[in-house]
Amino acid sequence: MAACTTLDAMTIGRAEENAQEFADVVQSHRPQIFRFLLASTRDIDLAETLTQECFLKAYRNWSSFRGESSAMTWLMRIAINLQKDHWRNRRMQFWRLTRTNAVDLDEASEWLPSGESSQEHRLLARERVQQVWRAVDGLSERQRTVFLLRYVEELELAQIAETTGLSEGTVKAHLSRALSRVRTELGGRR
Amino acid sequence: MTSPKATNRAEEPVEMESVDPALKQALGDFKASVHAWSDAVYARPRSVSKAVVRKSWQLAAGWSLAALLIAGTMSGGYYEHHQRVVAAQRAAERTAEQQRQAALERAQKQAEEDEEMLATVDTAVSREVPAAMEPLAQLSEESTSR
Repeated sequence: MAACTTLDAMTIGRAEENAQEFADVVQSHRPQIFRFLLASTRDIDLAETLTQECFLKAYRNWSSFRGESSAMTWLMRIAINLQKDHWRNRRMQFWRLTRTNAVDLDEASEWLPSGESSQEHRLLARERVQQVWRAVDGLSERQRTVFLLRYVEELELAQIAETTGLSEGTVKAHLSRALSRVRTELGGRR
Repeated sequence: MTSPKATNRAEEPVEMESVDPALKQALGDFKASVHAWSDAVYARPRSVSKAVVRKSWQLAAGWSLAALLIAGTMSGGYYEHHQRVVAAQRAAERTAEQQRQAALERAQKQAEEDEEMLATVDTAVSREVPAAMEPLAQLSEESTSR
């Protein structure tokens, strides 16, 4: 009886420790996961929903997370898979397309850091951001993911490869194509 | 362990940015813009009730639209069915009327034919007098002529 009580106490203690650990992970990585999903979908509601789903899934599988990769890489992988599932479902259910809440490119480009000195600089920066958004919009799903992980989340190529399950060479190829597209867009508007 | 060649290849995109300052600037602006947007959205107060109200509004609108569509389809179907029934009734009435008219005409024609036949028979009968009655018939004709 006493042994049983000790075991129960240990289990409860471990569960509490796990919960605390997970809460810390959520606290530190949630903004980054949300940002990646927001940039990928340009849909605030969808990004919030997918972020919630990502952490719910992570919580359910938290005990199976062995720390072979970083928590960030693991969470990002879940987020990418959820996003893929979402688009796959969306393709199948055509009528859902009509319910899309994606922000248009002009609106997305309005956000600028407050550091820009003059009105002219702000306008130029806005124009550049708009051009990059336009290029990103034309990328394939995989190219977009790799591009955003590299240039918005600033992940290393090895981390991107680990997150996406691609080889570094493939990641590099996707990045090159994405950058070419951005350059073309920038060149065309200059 | 990454080979030096692989490392060089892996840094190619980074080199590309440094070669093109305009690209680097654009990528920097883009990153800053996405961060600013995300931070602003992330920091905004979240209203659960608002989201619920909107979801329920969408749900209600969806159900209303579906109900409207179903009602429209059903009433359209019913109207179509009703129209067909009415058309069938009218066609049946028209056919019955035509049949009645035809029967009437047939009966009328038959009656006329019967009448004509009876008249012919009467005339024929009246003209054919038996030989034994011939003198009486002549008498009768003479008295009539006088």
